[in-house]
Formats: sequence, structure tokens, C-alpha cells
Amino acid sequence: MLDFHKNHKLLVGTALFGFLMLSTFVALVPAFQIQQTQPLPSMETFSEEELKGLHIYVQENCMSCHTQQVRNIEMDNTWGKRPSIPSDYYYSKQRQDLWRQSPSLLGSERTGPDLTNVGQRQSGMDWHLLHLYNPRIVVKESIMPSYPWLFDIKEESKIRDTDHLVPVPQEFLNSSTKKVVASQKALDLVAYLQSLKQAEMPKNSSVSFIPSSKENESVDDSGEELLPDGENLYMNNCAACHQADGSGLSGAFPPLAGSTIVNDENPETLIRIIMEGYDARPEYGVMAGFQETLSDEEITAIVNHERSSWGNAADAVTIDEVKEIRSFVNSLK
Amino acid sequence: MNIRKFYFSLLAIFAFFPKVVFAQPTPNPDTSNWLASPGIIGTILLIVIVLVIAIFILTVKASAYFTQLQSRTERNKKIEFGERLLEMDKTEIDTVLEKRRKAVSYRLSGDELGSNLEVDDSRGVVAAITHEPSNPLVDEKKKSPITIDTPFQLKKMITWYIGAAVFWLVFGTLIGQYLGLKFIWPEMDTISWLSFGRLRPVHTNAVFWGWASLAMIGLGYFVITRTSNTKLYSYKLAWYAWWLMNSSVAIGTLFLMSGINNGGGEYREYIWPVALLFAIGMVLTFYNFYQTVAHRKIDEIYVSNWYLLGGLGWTIILVIIGYLPMYQDGLGETVIQGYYMHQGVGMWFMTFTLGLIYYYLPSSLNKPIYSYSLGVLAFWTQMLFYTLIGTHHFVFSPLPWWLQTVAIVFSAGMLIPVVAGTTNFLMTMRGSWNEISKSYVLPFFLVGVVFYFVGSAQGSLQAFRFTNFIWHFTDFNVAHSHMTMYGIITFILWACVYAILPKITGREPKQIMVGMHFWMAFIGLFAYMVSLMVGGTMKGLSWIEGKPFIESVILMQPFWLWRAIGGTLMFISHLLFAYNFFYMTGNQRKPMLNPKINGPDMENRETIYPDPKNKTVTF
Repeated sequence: MLDFHKNHKLLVGTALFGFLMLSTFVALVPAFQIQQTQPLPSMETFSEEELKGLHIYVQENCMSCHTQQVRNIEMDNTWGKRPSIPSDYYYSKQRQDLWRQSPSLLGSERTGPDLTNVGQRQSGMDWHLLHLYNPRIVVKESIMPSYPWLFDIKEESKIRDTDHLVPVPQEFLNSSTKKVVASQKALDLVAYLQSLKQAEMPKNSSVSFIPSSKENESVDDSGEELLPDGENLYMNNCAACHQADGSGLSGAFPPLAGSTIVNDENPETLIRIIMEGYDARPEYGVMAGFQETLSDEEITAIVNHERSSWGNAADAVTIDEVKEIRSFVNSLK
Repeated sequence: MNIRKFYFSLLAIFAFFPKVVFAQPTPNPDTSNWLASPGIIGTILLIVIVLVIAIFILTVKASAYFTQLQSRTERNKKIEFGERLLEMDKTEIDTVLEKRRKAVSYRLSGDELGSNLEVDDSRGVVAAITHEPSNPLVDEKKKSPITIDTPFQLKKMITWYIGAAVFWLVFGTLIGQYLGLKFIWPEMDTISWLSFGRLRPVHTNAVFWGWASLAMIGLGYFVITRTSNTKLYSYKLAWYAWWLMNSSVAIGTLFLMSGINNGGGEYREYIWPVALLFAIGMVLTFYNFYQTVAHRKIDEIYVSNWYLLGGLGWTIILVIIGYLPMYQDGLGETVIQGYYMHQGVGMWFMTFTLGLIYYYLPSSLNKPIYSYSLGVLAFWTQMLFYTLIGTHHFVFSPLPWWLQTVAIVFSAGMLIPVVAGTTNFLMTMRGSWNEISKSYVLPFFLVGVVFYFVGSAQGSLQAFRFTNFIWHFTDFNVAHSHMTMYGIITFILWACVYAILPKITGREPKQIMVGMHFWMAFIGLFAYMVSLMVGGTMKGLSWIEGKPFIESVILMQPFWLWRAIGGTLMFISHLLFAYNFFYMTGNQRKPMLNPKINGPDMENRETIYPDPKNKTVTF
């Protein structure tokens, strides 16, 4: 009966049939099942621009360095306010066209940051354009490639009103008379990146992180509530634009070192800018608000870091002041 | 800590309520004792094994001389001699002593050397003449005295398959080396066709589908005909497949560089029309192999052919499942991606290469495989366990938790086929350890087999949830994939190429070049692997501690430099290998003169006949 070593038909047939059965169990059935997942009610379809941007994202194979999955472990809390769920991928992971399949957005390497929530974290268009033109303009240590082919270099005289100028510092340009203009492709890609925000979960859903056991212990030891590390938070949330040394980037992002707003005795303006965003000065890019992403403790820690670093020497703020301003900001809505 | 208890309770809950838990959060583990976690200790132990083996190879070479002095036969001879003396009678002893007296008083005349006497090798026993009879560094390697008479068509085809593979190896690793340098100098170029995202799949696909696949199939053709004791079913089909596969990799490379990408899923970046070329090549090859086995002239199917046929058949199914679109929207694609990328490695490269070892290892040692049954056990468990573990690439992801658990459990189960295979190979080698220092093929086999155990076992440990905390998404993955695709597959393929090419072409590579190839590849791989493992671990720990992301980029810089250094050594070794390949295949000796044996009349192939040139025995 079981003469596999003499009967090649039986041998090959059994091996292929067995493999097919196992594959059905472990790949086909779960794939069919999970494909039925519906999107969250709060999710929106892509605009045409964003969809084109997604295709450029795939064309440049950004997935080889950037993941788009917030795992359900606490260390991934940096990348999103909740773990990713299958619904999150309903619109982004559709077949692209006849030739190309659904993009592998989840990724397997985090050589660069996770992008699940990058639209929330990094909302400024100018930042994205500068970063795509040459990442080292905004993050000195970055090893991401530059994408100059998504931009046009034009003589100053030939620039039209409709062109989107990118405020590239002179040291990153060869010619002093030429300017960098974002092509439609770059604008599409940025539109896609800006659209990357975690959708709100419906109420009474149970998807959340359990706080790490380690932090709980540290609270127990000291007996009092500790503020999170302000420098870390600053590096994660602010340094991409304002730079690690608070020097900003001329023509794009204002410096915080020596800033009158940061050093103001009354921290209200500073805290409100962090919460609500800022677009009052035309020479700088737009800043988006962080009231959704940062807690009161985190904002307090960041403000205190900014007010005590790089030569700044203003008084520390308390968490109660921040809470007060937040309730005031909420009352304006 | 309580972590383990916690896992157990989690596992228990998940086992019973799979639906409730699809995105259960898990707290960070306590990392203060990370060094003591079983996954990490296991990995370190495994790496140490490789180091020990390397040292072992070196010491074996050095001690070969001393062990010979102390060998048992030597002692036995002395005892025998003593006994013979005791048994001798007086006249015999006198004769011996008289003989000795004459010998001792003999004096040289002074003109023995430098005389005009002619040196004559009347029996043709001198294979080579050297002016340094005692090389102080390494043992003189054995020449391979037998040549295997192979039909010209088969020989030509194998040469071309391996030749194309060598090209893709050099091309693919050149790209890999360039990518490695980009981690240190990201501004090396700003050309879209050479940007990191586009080139990365060029590297992986070229070495997968170009180098490893073509080399495997080429070497497989020899195994399948030889062990079926028949000629190949169709040379024509084999050539069609050669063209299809090569053009698939060439076109795919151009498409990827121009930005035409199937969607970034690893190892299926070629769009389907390009992959289809390769798939047709695979189907032709499978049909050809199958028919050759079906027309075999012996009763049994040798265990190698189980693996070759299994590998080909499974991979065809795999590629079809990987490219069909009906279930690949949303996370359906991700389920398939985990399945596809892992089975690409496991069912194709690993399975097929194991089949090659089952033939080339015993034939290089000139003895049978240790156990046929172990090979069969490993075959079925390979199919059962390997197929189920793809999702371990997505631990803690939004994929169903039960699927992740199945993957982790069966990843541990992979130890069964791995231990069965390793035992089989090592037991086959047992008793022939001294051959290692005398052969340029066996060190490649030994490294490949040891890495088979180490790389696979380490992969099982890496699938655990704790190790995923630290290593997932870091450069450790890159180290693991090079440890396996390079340490196992590539080293074994090299061993097979060096084992078979000289025998079918009659031209041996220069030993010093093979030695340099071996050591540069080995040391390079080790530098590559260890640097990324250490760096990847530090990166993961920095993430767990919640440090800013950019710090993990900065801390990786020295490790990326070491990776590039290791990569350079590996790349140079590939150039040496390419040189050796051309040396082995160029300017071949003419096929032997007996017309009966030449050609497809395979039944007479085993006939022994004298080689007119040097009177070695030719099979």
C-alpha cells in the first residue's frame, strides 16, 4: 500500500495533495475569511490624489523600510493610539490594477519609522516635501534616500503661480538662481502620507494597549506620579521640524531656542500652539495641533523640556495649568 | 518573572476563545533579564556552535600530522614486531643482523643526485610534481581521480544552468553590496533606478530566482538522471525552462528598477506576467523531472528525488496561490504574504537543496547515506510543519491570533525535520572527519549542514513571542535570512558545484582559489551576521525602552559598517567562485574515446575502461 519509494505517482500525488490541503487550511481559508472584514464607519475612501500617492508609495517600494502596523504590544504605542485592526486596511489594500496586486503595506522591516499614523504626527506639507527632496534637510542622521525625481528644478524666472515651491535651504542646492518645485507626483505622495491617520474606533470597542509592567513599578517605587521623559517625547514628536537642538530650519520651521513664545513667563500661548497648531507667520510652514495625540502629562513634559533647554530658562509649568488650558480650548469648540 | 505564566494564561485563553482575542494587547516584557530569555540564550548557543565548528576545521587540519603519529595501527605494528622477534629462531636472527651490518656500513658514492640518470614514471602513478613537498600551511588536497562520463548534452546543460546561476550570484550580490553601502552613505546616488526601495527586491529576487534556483535545478538534473539510472526525459524542455527562467529574472529586474512592482510583498515583487514566465519554466522542469523518474531503470525512487519532485511541485502550487487575486484584498493579502514568503524559502530552496545533499554528500564521501528512513521522516515532517508556520512573520499583527499561535507552535515543531536531517548528514560524515582536511568540497558541506541546524533552530527560537518583542522589524531579520539563504543554501550549492563540475568536465579548480573562496565567504558571512544580530538586538531594546526612533538609527551605524565589510568579503569570494567556475568549465578535455559509452546509452555507463592518458580508472 504505502510503497512511496517504488510508486512515483503515489509519492508525488500524496505530497502535492497534502501540501494543497495544508495550504487551504493555513492560507486560503483564513485569507478568504479576513477579506470579509468591513471598514470602520469613521473611515473615508481615498481621494483620487491620495490613491495616486499610494501607487507612488508602492512604485518606490517604501514598504521595504516602513511598516504600517501598530502591533498590540505597548512598545508600539509610539506609532499609534491603538493597535491596528483588519478594518484599517480596507481601502488601502485593494488590488491596484490588472497588473499589480494589493500592496503589502504591513511590511516586515522598520528601518524607518512606522507610518500608520504619520498624517497625524507629521501633518505639515512643507515638512513632507522637504523630507522627500532630501531627508537630511530635516533629520540630519536620516539614512532614507532622497527622491529628487519627484521634483523639478526651475529657474526663478520660469516659476508660475500654480507651482508649489519647496523651501530647500541653499546648502542643499547646486545653483543659487534655481528653485525646487514639487511635481504632481510629489504632491500626490504627500497627500497620501497626510491621509495616514488611525480612524476612530466605535465606542465600547475593546482594542487598547495594556500599560507596560515596568512603568507601573516605577510609579510604585517612588510613591508619586512621575512625568514622562520630556526629551524623548520632544525627539519623537517635535524634533523632526524644530530639530533636536531647537534651532528650527530657516524658511520652514521656527527656532525654539531663544523664542519669546517659549520663554514667555505665561506659558499659555506655547501650550495652545502645541494643542491647536499654528499658522500665523507666512514665512514658516503650517503646524498642526497635537491635542488628540498628546496627553496632558506629555504636553507638560514637552513644555518643560523646551523651556529649560538650549539656553532657554523659563519656569516649569504644572500639569494643572495644562489641564486648565485644555478645558479652555475644548470650551471654544 | 511572571511573563511566562502570563503567556501560558494568555495562550490558554486564546486557545478557547479565538474570536474575542484577535487584537488582544500584550504588555512589554521585562527586559532587565533579556539575556536570560530562552530564545536569546538559544541563539547565542547556536552561533557558538558555528564558531566551534570553524575552529574545529582549523584544528583538524593542524593536528592531522600528530594524530597520524599516534594512530593505533602504529602501536599495533610495534606489538606485532615484538611478537615476531620472540618467535624467530637463531639462524633467522643471524641473517637479519648480518643484513643490517651491511646496511649500516654502506656509504654513498657521492653522485647519486645530479647524475644523468633519467627519471621514469613507468607505471603512471605520479599525478603531480611539486617542489614544496611539505606545504607548511594546509594539507595537499586530494585530486578527484575519477571522472564521471556524462552525456555531452547533459553536461552542456548543467554547465549552462550553473553558469547562468553564477552570473546572477555576482550580479545579485553586487546589488546587495551596493545596498549595504547605502546604509552608510545614503547620498551615494540620486538616480531613481538605483534608489534603495527599488533595488532591494532586485537583490533578493536575483539571488533567489536567478542564483539559487538555477543552480539548484542544474545540479538537480544530474541527480535525477544518475539516481534513476536513465537519461533525461527531454533536453529540449530543459532548455526552454532555462530561457524562460532567465528571461523572467532579467525582465523582472528591469521592471523593478523602473518602478513596476507587484505590490512589495517579499519575493513576489515581479508582476504576474513576469512571474508567469518563471512559473512555466518550473512546470516544464517538474514535468521533465517527473517523467525522468517515471522512466527510471531501477525499482526504487532514491530519497533525493522525493525532495526534488516535492520541492518543484509544492513551489508550483505556492506560486499559483501567491498570485491568484480572489482572496488578496485587505488583510487577505497579508495572510498569503506570510504563507508565500516562508514557503518560498522552505518548500523551494530548503526542500530542493536537501534533496541535493542526499545525493552529493554521500557521493563525495564515497559511501551511502546513513539512514534512508530518517530522510523519509524529514521529508514528510518538512511538508507538515513548514507549511503551517508562515504567519510567524506577523506575530502581534492584526492577523488572527490563532493563526499566529499555530505558526509559533509549528515553528518549534520544525526542530524534528531539522534534527532528523542534521543527524543523517553528520552520521554520514562520521568516520570521515579526516577527509575534511583533504577535500575542498567537504568544508562547504560541513558549514552548510551546521548552518542547516543552527539557522533553522535559531529561526524556531525567533518565532517565540518574547524574541519577537526584541527582534521583530530590526536588522536581526536580515541577519537570519542571510544565515539561512547564504549559510545553508549557498554553501551547500557551492559544495555541490565543486563536487560535480570537476568530475564531469575533468578540470579541477586551483585549490588555493577554492580555499580563498571558502574562507572569505565564511568570515564575511560571520561578520555580516554577528554585526546585524548584535545591532538588531540593541535596536530592539532601544525601542522597548521607548527611546526616540532616530537613536536606533544612530546606534546601528557601526554595525552597518561591519555588515558592509562582511558583505565585501562575501562579494569578493563570489568573484573567486566565478573564476573557479570558468576554470572548471573552460577548455575541457575531449570526451573519452569509447563510442559505446559516449552518448545516451546509459546502461553501459558504469563500464570501467582505461584512460589512455594517465591510466586512472574512469567510471
